[in-house]
Amino acid sequence: MLSNQAMGIIFSNSHDDLIRELTEIRSMGSIPYGGRYRLVDFSLSNLVNAGISKVGIITKANYQSLMDHLGSGKPWDLDRKKGGLYILPPYGNVDTGVYTGHVDALAGVLGFLERSVEKYAVLCDSDVVSNIDLVPMMEAHLEKQADVSIAYKRGRLPKNHRDIMSFSFHDSGRVRDIELSQNMEGECDFSLDIMIIERELLIRLVKEATARSLTSLGRDIFQHRVDDLRIFGWEVTSYVAVMDCIGAYVKSNMDLLQADVRTQLFARERPVYTKTRDDMPTKYGLGSSVKNSVIADGCCIEGRVENCILFRGVKVHKGAALRNCIIMQDSTIGENARLSYVTTDKQVLVTSGRVLTGAESYPIFIRKQTSV
Amino acid sequence: MRKIECVAMLLAGGQGSRLGVLTQKMAKPAVPYGGKYRIIDFPLSNCINSGINTVGVLTQYQPLELNDYVGSGKPWDLDRMNGGVHILPPYQKSKGGDWYKGTANAIYQNIPFIERYNPEYVLVLSGDHIYKMDYAKMIARHKKTGADCTIAVLEVPMEEASRFGIMNCREDGSIYEFEEKPKNPKSNLASMGIYVFSWKKLKYYLEQDEQTKGSANDFGKNIIPNMLRDKQKMVVYHFADYWKDVGTIDSLWEANLDLLNPKVKLDLSEDRWRIFSRSPAAPPQYIADTAHVQNSLITEGCSVYGEVDFSVLFDNVIIEEGAEVKDSVVMPGARICSGASVQYAIIGEGAVIESGAKVGERPEKTSDLSQWGVAVVGPRLTVGEKAVVEPKAMLEKNLAGGERAC
Repeated sequence: MLSNQAMGIIFSNSHDDLIRELTEIRSMGSIPYGGRYRLVDFSLSNLVNAGISKVGIITKANYQSLMDHLGSGKPWDLDRKKGGLYILPPYGNVDTGVYTGHVDALAGVLGFLERSVEKYAVLCDSDVVSNIDLVPMMEAHLEKQADVSIAYKRGRLPKNHRDIMSFSFHDSGRVRDIELSQNMEGECDFSLDIMIIERELLIRLVKEATARSLTSLGRDIFQHRVDDLRIFGWEVTSYVAVMDCIGAYVKSNMDLLQADVRTQLFARERPVYTKTRDDMPTKYGLGSSVKNSVIADGCCIEGRVENCILFRGVKVHKGAALRNCIIMQDSTIGENARLSYVTTDKQVLVTSGRVLTGAESYPIFIRKQTSV
Repeated sequence: MRKIECVAMLLAGGQGSRLGVLTQKMAKPAVPYGGKYRIIDFPLSNCINSGINTVGVLTQYQPLELNDYVGSGKPWDLDRMNGGVHILPPYQKSKGGDWYKGTANAIYQNIPFIERYNPEYVLVLSGDHIYKMDYAKMIARHKKTGADCTIAVLEVPMEEASRFGIMNCREDGSIYEFEEKPKNPKSNLASMGIYVFSWKKLKYYLEQDEQTKGSANDFGKNIIPNMLRDKQKMVVYHFADYWKDVGTIDSLWEANLDLLNPKVKLDLSEDRWRIFSRSPAAPPQYIADTAHVQNSLITEGCSVYGEVDFSVLFDNVIIEEGAEVKDSVVMPGARICSGASVQYAIIGEGAVIESGAKVGERPEKTSDLSQWGVAVVGPRLTVGEKAVVEPKAMLEKNLAGGERAC
């Protein structure tokens, strides 16, 4: 357990621009996911499940819904006197403003980093859905006497990510080279931007980079200094989804229909915590038909639902038919409406008899509080 | 300390012996209900929704589960700087200690707790009932009538009145007589076990009662009759919504399935009156391709591959492919294996019903209806392959494969 040794830092606006549909009104971290979660829940739970009890969340823009979700940090046991949850908005002091990259974001919270006493910092983005045990990663970090350990995944590069690091390694596991290309063919080892670093080293690196007006951790620091910093990779073999476009978002929600993805993401020994709403259990009405779907509490289903993700409080009226849809919180699907490959944001109303048909390659997206 | 107008005292020490194996290791208020609740969530949520945020929970019988569940009171917003929820077990005093001898004695022993808040009123509740009630309205009536004691009553069918404590009252709602389970009831106003007392009066009667040798130290048997004898002002408060005592297997089963009955007036989805509970932090439920779910309540963490009809599933229940669950209540973490059949039954927490086993039976299929009833499998028990638990049976230990329990 990393209780007093490590603190967490989460970047809540990581790559907001990649899923414009969903981030218009919120930050990446507060995008709803998987029926009852927000993306930030995964990073937060990973940190908390490793015993970390102090987490700073760096925000940039659109963070009202994130703050509403996080509250005092109760659901993650982060409402504490010692440590706990720190929401770190921009303009932390007179010299800092809205940041552009991770380095100036960290420069904006230098005070928070400097006042902390934990030896290590664990940095996470909020566009990655995963359930990772950080304890063995920390053990490897210590054993290898690494300066930086970065979690990576072997696979095809998320195609819309700019500046995503991919690694090649020495036999020891130490990073030999870092590429920042989007044009990698085939499989590679790409960074999940979950990293462990000594807090004081991080402060030093950020200060040095700021002095040279550098903004990117990967491009400006790690790539340049791959020979003098001991950077190690930590391979994640369990399920990982990187939200680099609405398509990836839809796909990773749909991945939850596979039993092994659910087992990996919702490991019993490492629960994913989220803000609870105290909905009643979901009611399956007489004549309803539900197949292969992930459903949150508080729904009321009287129609047909197949291959869908339903968030909390969704109502599906009689005769309605949903296939391959993601329906977010408190949306209502009226009688005899038929939806296929549709993703709705929260509180959408689809009136009776409407027919909306998207395709797997082109899902229809309906914005928050729209009436169709 | 800031003065608190009303302190609630929740009597949660009862064993609930009629629930048998379900309350062997936990007090009745901790018994799961309605898919994601426990009975105690109802009085606790009613308190917070009524604006009462100082609650003493009096525990005695098997308190571990209940203490753990109530914890600091977070799920009900009862973790407070001033007030909040307090677990009050019996304790050792300088002149020896006592168990709580009766409901009145339990409150008597905690007079110092109540006095800390210097309240005007004390609300006495029990942890045995499922209902949604605004206690603030009852307290408002208590103030308006200037009563010393206000008792919540429910109109029950006259033919059932002899099962309850019956309040006989005048037209203005003042009580002149209380009869416990009368053979020939004069009215059908049943006490719900919810009392508002003016604290000074209650304290006086508790102290008097404590001096009385041979007293049962009970609200119904002693305190209420004594106050009536002394012509204290006692009035009824009418309640007309859903209220159910879940003291027996049948009533617990029925109260669960009431949630599926559109004619029953108990809506737990009402935004302004949520029933709060401790969340198990489980993922959403998954309903598989092979599943067939009708008219049921299912909650977080469940995986359903089989058939579920007119049933309530609690968190993390697994219904395997080919299993059928009908007219039943399946408590947290239980597993119903493929080919098993569960009908008219309550399956306890974490129990496993192995392949081909059969628990309970439809009443239509039983020749002798007097022998029929809801079957119960105790918590964490295993019903072996092809074993049979007959209707009305209460399983208290593991049942080996192929065996029969009645």
